[in-house]
Amino acid sequence: MVEARLVQGNEACALGAIAAGATFYAGYPITPSTEIAEQMSALYPKKDGKFIQMEDEIASIGAIIGASCAGAKAFTATSGPGFSLMQELIGYAAMTEVPIVIVDVMRAGPSTGLPTLSSQGDIQQARWGTHGDHSIIALAPASVEETYLMTIDAFNFAEKYRTPVILLLDEIIGHLKERFLITPDMMPPIINRQKPQAGQEFVPYKNTQELIPALPDFGEGSRYHVTGLTHNEQGFYSSKPEIVESFINRINAKIEDNSEEIFRCNGYNVEDCEVLLIAYGSISRSAEEAMNNLRREGINVGLLRPQTIWPLNEALIGDACCGKKAVIIPEMNLGQYAREIERCAPDDVPVVSLPKVDGTMIFPSEIEELVREVLK
Amino acid sequence: MAKYQVLLNKALCKSCEICVELCPKKVFGRDKTGKAEVVNADNCIGCLICEEHCPDFCIEVREK
Amino acid sequence: MREVYQKIFRDNLPHIWCAGCGNGIVMSAFARAYDKLGLDKDKTVGVSGIGCSSRITGYLDLNTLHTAHGRALPFATGVKMTRPEFAVFVFMGDGDCAAIGGNHFIHACRRNMDMTAIIINNYIYGMTGGQFSPLTPFGSKASTAPYGSVDRNFDICSLAIGAGATFVARGDVYHTKQLEKLIIEAHEHKGFSVIEVLSTCPISYGRRNKMPKPMDLMNYIKDVTIAKERADKMTAEEIAGKIVTGVLHQSAAVEYNEAYMAMVEKLEVGKNG
Repeated sequence: MVEARLVQGNEACALGAIAAGATFYAGYPITPSTEIAEQMSALYPKKDGKFIQMEDEIASIGAIIGASCAGAKAFTATSGPGFSLMQELIGYAAMTEVPIVIVDVMRAGPSTGLPTLSSQGDIQQARWGTHGDHSIIALAPASVEETYLMTIDAFNFAEKYRTPVILLLDEIIGHLKERFLITPDMMPPIINRQKPQAGQEFVPYKNTQELIPALPDFGEGSRYHVTGLTHNEQGFYSSKPEIVESFINRINAKIEDNSEEIFRCNGYNVEDCEVLLIAYGSISRSAEEAMNNLRREGINVGLLRPQTIWPLNEALIGDACCGKKAVIIPEMNLGQYAREIERCAPDDVPVVSLPKVDGTMIFPSEIEELVREVLK
Repeated sequence: MAKYQVLLNKALCKSCEICVELCPKKVFGRDKTGKAEVVNADNCIGCLICEEHCPDFCIEVREK
Repeated sequence: MREVYQKIFRDNLPHIWCAGCGNGIVMSAFARAYDKLGLDKDKTVGVSGIGCSSRITGYLDLNTLHTAHGRALPFATGVKMTRPEFAVFVFMGDGDCAAIGGNHFIHACRRNMDMTAIIINNYIYGMTGGQFSPLTPFGSKASTAPYGSVDRNFDICSLAIGAGATFVARGDVYHTKQLEKLIIEAHEHKGFSVIEVLSTCPISYGRRNKMPKPMDLMNYIKDVTIAKERADKMTAEEIAGKIVTGVLHQSAAVEYNEAYMAMVEKLEVGKNG
């Protein structure tokens, strides 16, 4: 019999990576993500995996891209400043369509900021941190069990869509210890990258209807070229406008066109509520508590809890906001996601940001207070 | 009778003149455009200095 | 083109390099060395950074990774750790390796992972038009050093030795037979091997430093270099101003992946026993 036990968010992430079939970790120590590196250094030598501590975060993400090309499901974990350092190679992975997972345990910034305190300040950096037009997948779990399961989702998305996937924990979730019991029925299926079909001509970056080319491992005989330069279907540099345009459009469309499948969320009383809260990560738990308290008072509040931060399902969010007296977005930043919601919501629906950047979490009482105020 | 044949792929030549200068037997000269040309094929001793120093893979020296 | 080249090239010549650029000569020596090593192309990975010389991977019919500026070694580290049986060759330029990639370089030397780093040193940032690099000799002119560089340069081989590389050699594009031999020896060495190759950039370096023709730089390299076997018999005064080529350092140390697997085996013995 499997028994529930106390597990920390960062540890659940490590266990989830192993369950997803990840066999390579490279990282650099940084609070509050370091427990993930410590876990991998202890687990991988016993589980046919490879752990390496690199000289910095740039090297760490470089190593996992190399490992992924060689056939491993590979990941790294970092926090704020380290995530900033990784941005260039996140763009490289997007450009070369190499599946990797980057765990960012968000801490308060900018710069060194508050290393031990929580934040959700990397929401827009996850989307736009690297230069150039690209799409990205980012996920934000709200519990320890969800961290485990969504780490598996992160690898699945990376493998399926050939893209870097960012798992956004916040410090509260990363360091939270709570009940952990994963039963087989909760487990998502494991997805592996699609390999070229035997006997068919291999064109490394073929633009097919599915938009996602097959990806052979180094060593399997399909010798090909990987470059961060804009490339043609054969993988070699091209600056021909029609080739550049179709390539950039494809690597964006393969994610944006599938936002319905990728965008996952939970809704509570979304349809019939007067005031809708939209919250993610640890703060969605404050929002849930606030919703329950307010409903006991007879105030009709609902909650939409995105698990996927990027790409947005704009239609779904727009529909959810429709007809509400107000939509409130509590988040531990100055309104990074609220602006996105505002963009999706109908013009006649007031979208109210509840920002907080002092290193402390947003308490249910703060959300409740704002709801009462907007209903006045 | 010369022992070696010097093949030159002019399409790849960028006129650097390294072969002209390094050949100990003055096998190469320059054509009107500045590209290498074989002027004294019979002098070739098959040392391969030209082939190994051509940055553009224009030259192949073959034993006849 | 001789078969030895055809076997390893992707058939996409002409390459992008300027007339008289040494990159082609290095690629030629590499092709001959690779052929003699008799390696399996499917199990060989070529990794490079960004810059003129790093474009070499685009021409080689291997598994090739043209990475980001300065980052070739971290990528190669990930590849080699995942597949220790692969032969891994890393091509870097002088700015690529010694400036932006300098930290990765010293740590790769220290780790001693079994791969070969070939640093093509043309003394300049060529791709961006001739700025000085950490390997540009003090006093040389560059587009960002119009009055001569006041920035002291690294001796990258000494740096590699100091950082713990277990095979360090220097070759050049004039002595092509020696270069070919060094590449073979570097690959056959177990551990992290480094070859600095003195190369030529007539356009961005030569023209600014009174060596405008490709042969000027070739002659400079011929005159300034001296083989280690000869240098060892000379006095300090006699070799002043010369650059020593050949195998400069070779030592034995535990290779990273072997150390890792030894740890794994130990854990398994503990588990079973």
